[in-house]
Amino acid sequence: MGRTLAEKVWDDHVVRRAEGEPDLLFIDLHLLHEVTSPQAFDGLRKAGRRVRRTDLTIATEDHNTPTLDIDKPIADPVSRTQLETLRKNCAEFGVRLHPLGDVEQGVVHVVGPQLGLTQPGMTVVCGDSHTSTHGAFGALAFGIGTSQVEHVLATQTLPLAPFKTMAITVDGELPDGVTAKDLILAIIAKIGTGGGQGYVLEYRGSAIEKLSMEARMTVCNMSIEAGARAGMIAPDKTTFDYLQGRDHAPRDEDWDAAVAYWKTLHTDDDAVFDAEVVIDAAALTPFVTWGTNPGQGAPLSSQVPDPASYDDASERLAAEKALEYMGLTAGQPLREIGVDTVFVGSCTNGRIEDLRSAASILDGRSVADGVRMLVVPGSVRVALQAVAEGLDKVFTAAGAEWRHAGCSMCLGMNPDQLAPGERSASTSNRNFEGRQGKGGRTHLVSPQVAAATAVLGHLASPADLSDAAVATPAGV
Amino acid sequence: MEAFTTHTGRAVPLRRSNVDTDQIIPAHWLKKVTRDGFEDGLFEAWRKDPEFVLNQERHKGATVLVAGPDFGTGSSREHAVWALQNYGFKAVISSRFADIFRGNSLKNGLLTVVLPQETVEELQRLAETDPTAEVTVDLVARQVRAEGVTAGFELDENARWRLLEGLDDISLTLREEPAIAAFEANRPSFTPRTVVV
Ligand code: SF4
Repeated sequence: MGRTLAEKVWDDHVVRRAEGEPDLLFIDLHLLHEVTSPQAFDGLRKAGRRVRRTDLTIATEDHNTPTLDIDKPIADPVSRTQLETLRKNCAEFGVRLHPLGDVEQGVVHVVGPQLGLTQPGMTVVCGDSHTSTHGAFGALAFGIGTSQVEHVLATQTLPLAPFKTMAITVDGELPDGVTAKDLILAIIAKIGTGGGQGYVLEYRGSAIEKLSMEARMTVCNMSIEAGARAGMIAPDKTTFDYLQGRDHAPRDEDWDAAVAYWKTLHTDDDAVFDAEVVIDAAALTPFVTWGTNPGQGAPLSSQVPDPASYDDASERLAAEKALEYMGLTAGQPLREIGVDTVFVGSCTNGRIEDLRSAASILDGRSVADGVRMLVVPGSVRVALQAVAEGLDKVFTAAGAEWRHAGCSMCLGMNPDQLAPGERSASTSNRNFEGRQGKGGRTHLVSPQVAAATAVLGHLASPADLSDAAVATPAGV
Repeated sequence: MEAFTTHTGRAVPLRRSNVDTDQIIPAHWLKKVTRDGFEDGLFEAWRKDPEFVLNQERHKGATVLVAGPDFGTGSSREHAVWALQNYGFKAVISSRFADIFRGNSLKNGLLTVVLPQETVEELQRLAETDPTAEVTVDLVARQVRAEGVTAGFELDENARWRLLEGLDDISLTLREEPAIAAFEANRPSFTPRTVVV
């Protein structure tokens, strides 16, 4: 019987297989950041162990880093300690690190792909659940806990229990103004936050094939929000074109050998998935979340749902609690929800295409009075590219704040946070209670919806702007 | 890791579904660089409410958390497990756990037990009506027992053996050194290395 993409990558990494035990898998790339690594390095030190493969390990600083005044000492002593601990650990164990201020610094899941370190058919791990992002290249990439970080540092392997496979087939053409973010939010709303549990998802079909690499990363990034172990997309010409010439991409004969191998990385025609979901791309519209988990989303053109409409008691209760926390009432049109803050950034939507699309909407328009808009590039390279294209000027001219690269308001570990009761439209991936700051209320949106929302001050899509409701300010 | 064989303690019901790790331990606690001292951060936002179940005097000292479905979703932070352990929990019972959380908990010796939703609710009702009622989580017999409840649970043999013996994964894997070295010797030359180019 044929094998799925995920099974092929798995099989190619089995170091040891024994009856009744999890397979021991080799790990090709281990990404580190300051939050989930200190206790792992500490464990190594206590046991007198070293990092087995420093040449397959790389670290960056992202979660705690400030996005303003980065040349000054970090004000929060605890954040500072965590960053200093990472620097000390990387120096002691010989791990390559891109610290704050370095040109390769950025959100760990933006940095790996842009360096060309993430390649098809690899196993990629990181002490961060959004490691699923790297699955966009046809890699088997998943988040791990700190004990596993220590395990990979010490052995470059992980014992892993088998997974099930789920095909998510998206055929047809995404309508204008509908993005990868809308697609993945719709998928999660359909299968639920637990729907992917135990599965590796494979996104396939004509609509997925048409997506750019960056859009594919947006989709795979949020696989974890459906509870999945990982998300993957078979590599194709788009993948190869993205990789060719990048710092760590193979060269010359290695490139040819790699491409020949990568071309074998697709699900065989006679392979069988454990579950299948089909989505019609043409039926999708801009999608936003109204609740406190990424599965609580709906088309922007619809209303806040009535909890009473849920048959399942626990879903009903969850919806009631979400509406209370979010300060919303059933039946309220989503378009009428006003926001205080708009955040464009994160490993979901902080890449150059995301900034371009937000900028194209803001160009010649301005952020509504009383709305604060933060644009935080996913990495320093993304920031430099945006500056080269003049996007930073577009953002600042519109009244948005152009910040330094990092995770920023995606999780509010640095000073970029929502105040209690404040409401945001955010291009990040989690709308959990308090995620962006204590008492903060988050609506997950695409970069386009974020930009249109910033202009109008309430949840909106670019189509809402098309009647030129917004006059071009004089002098622009 | 401490071995887990059987544990008997009082249970506390957490009637919420989809409790994500951001709720279990908020992000600002993740700045710590140690594995202990997370107990005060456990369910920090909810604990501000004096009515919250963990704040109720009658549930003080409970060691078994009986939670709603989809417990531990979201972020992979292992701190969520440490926070539950630092607070004093030895086992968590739910009808469904998020994968990463479950893996993390078993690695740290926090037993996560999957029971059918009806049984979970039965245990929650029991803890609500009689907070002094004891629940036994028996890994040897793979059974949860309480007044009126006897329920078997599944746990794969390997994970169970490691928990029962309190075995550390890394030393087990390091026994496979020859297999790892052999695998490394056969990796294709095009696989990337992180050394600066
Ligand atoms: S941007 Fe957000 S989701 Fe991505 S790694 Fe940073 S905190 Fe995690």
